[in-house]
Amino acid sequence: MMTTSVMHDRFGAFGGRYVPETLVPALEALDRAFDEAMRDPAFTAELESLLATYVGRPSPLSSAPRFSELIGAPVYLKREDLNHTGAHKINNTVGQALLARRMGKRRIIAETGAGQHGVATATVCARFGLQCVVYMGEEDMRRQALNVFRMRLMGAEVRAVTSGTRTLKDATSEAIRDWVTNVTDSHYIIGSVVGPAPYPRMVRDFQSVIGREARAQMLETAGRLPATVVACVGGGSNAMGIFHPFVDDTEVELIGVEAAGEGLDTERHAASLSRGRPGVLHGTLSYLLQDAAGQVHPAHSVSAGLDYPGVGPEHSYLKDSGRATYVAVTDAEALDGFRLLSQLEGIIPALETAHAVAWVAGNRGRWRADAPVLLCVSGRGDKDVMQVSELLADQP
Amino acid sequence: MASESATISSDPFARRFAALRARGRKALVVYVTAGHPDRERSLALLHAVAASGADVVELGIPFSDPLADGPVIQASSQRALEGGMTFDGALELIARASLDVPVVLFTYLNPLLAAGRDALDRAAQAGAHGLLVTDLPVGADPALEARLGAGPLAFVRLVAPTTPAPRMAEIARHGSGFVYLISRLGVTGERNDIAAELPETVARLRAATTLPICVGFGISRPDQAAAVGRIADGIVVGSAVVRAADESVERAAALVASLRAGLDG
Repeated sequence: MMTTSVMHDRFGAFGGRYVPETLVPALEALDRAFDEAMRDPAFTAELESLLATYVGRPSPLSSAPRFSELIGAPVYLKREDLNHTGAHKINNTVGQALLARRMGKRRIIAETGAGQHGVATATVCARFGLQCVVYMGEEDMRRQALNVFRMRLMGAEVRAVTSGTRTLKDATSEAIRDWVTNVTDSHYIIGSVVGPAPYPRMVRDFQSVIGREARAQMLETAGRLPATVVACVGGGSNAMGIFHPFVDDTEVELIGVEAAGEGLDTERHAASLSRGRPGVLHGTLSYLLQDAAGQVHPAHSVSAGLDYPGVGPEHSYLKDSGRATYVAVTDAEALDGFRLLSQLEGIIPALETAHAVAWVAGNRGRWRADAPVLLCVSGRGDKDVMQVSELLADQP
Repeated sequence: MASESATISSDPFARRFAALRARGRKALVVYVTAGHPDRERSLALLHAVAASGADVVELGIPFSDPLADGPVIQASSQRALEGGMTFDGALELIARASLDVPVVLFTYLNPLLAAGRDALDRAAQAGAHGLLVTDLPVGADPALEARLGAGPLAFVRLVAPTTPAPRMAEIARHGSGFVYLISRLGVTGERNDIAAELPETVARLRAATTLPICVGFGISRPDQAAAVGRIADGIVVGSAVVRAADESVERAAALVASLRAGLDG
């Protein structure tokens, strides 16, 4: 039974499979099914075809002339905001839905915070005729009523989570509880590079299409690799997806931008890597916001998609090994980033993405004209305009 | 009693189960959440549960994100945390209660890790006898499991209905005290029916281990206790007792006494 090697499960010391016993056989089966599928040319061909004809890949690499002029270095934007459903999330849900179908699972479970992953899951479930149950914190359902409507429109059942902080953390716990109960006929589509093995590796591999495309597009467009790759990090799936194909290019700097919320020195932020310490939540060992007694500390960010107290274990490994650097920007700075990309490039970014934009714009001294910056636009900001219009009410 | 058991046998569970077997009885294992409904009533509840016929007490360390638990134990954990309960607060309860039945610490991994490397030594000193970690399945972290297994507490491991037979043997080899068999898929909580495949699962587990087998999840009534007691060495009742304790300690004690009566036929 114990055939899965420790290395296969882990990123350095991080990761693993810290779950109730009931789920262990299912995770082992998923691990095997994923590896078999990725070696099966018919599976990868169908995945590539769907990414091209349904998601709209490859997503473009845009130059950003006015943003570039502002910081004094060429900036390239990887446009995940142009995907079907408006964010990178669908890269993963298409892959996992194909895998679920291959495993004979007809019922899909997902968790969602802002609703982007829930919408991306409901979308592929409609496309493949799978039953879909999405867990969403009661508080988030209120804040993102439009996404709740989208999910229901596509046939998903959205279940309100009323336990704990009523946000993404608790929705994830509730999704895992459903999976423990219905593990024989259900597949759980986790939305980020978090959770027990094999999820962090599997979600990374499905999201790596971002980095593979961007790497080739940089070589074609700029004639070289980027000097720096920047992406926002909540759970960290868009960052892992764009970082992964560059990890072996050691001359390429990798920067993940976390949410500093109201400030890193306050109690209200979501910067697990910057301010957390290793701990176990939702089946994985990784940096975690927690108190001295090991109780998980609620996260805060203006951006619901970054509002998670944990982070993908591979990011913890990249941090400790020094291969990637993690920084954080506040809610206020992110709102500046949101406006800045809208005004300079005509691209309204998701509030999550706005954190990465803000960090690039806010560190002007470090950029050089001969060192291109690749920035992952993880999603579009349509979902956020209502919230931002309220926050910026007195600043036109 | 705790010091006496230490001199007679290194394993208080072995002695307890042997004594039960000699009398033709099955073990009643009762779960309560440390600090629920509050610190003082939690202490009273420990005494009441032991006095009403529990053979083993599982004391739950409350955790902010109890993903293996249903609504009743989730709510009790949240309430205990709001009352300031911690790992060492739970140890203090054990020490103050000084029960004459073995106590198993029932915890999620993260609060245990946060309690430090000498956590189990402190627990043994306080009078705990066993450890059960909900989210540390066998093989998940061999180095950590070896360290916990080498400590002063019996290491109770869990088997699920989904566990294949070869893995059952593997789990039993890495455990001590008794084996906790989860009766059905899902989280903790009361159910009307006992899972139909339970006798078969118990039989498979029986073939894989000589450790006593206690069955938990979904048992709340005397008739269920009796039915499961006929096939296993013991039963575990949690949510039903915690829910009763929400009303009063007396109510919980009465439930434990009725389960004892059901189990003893």
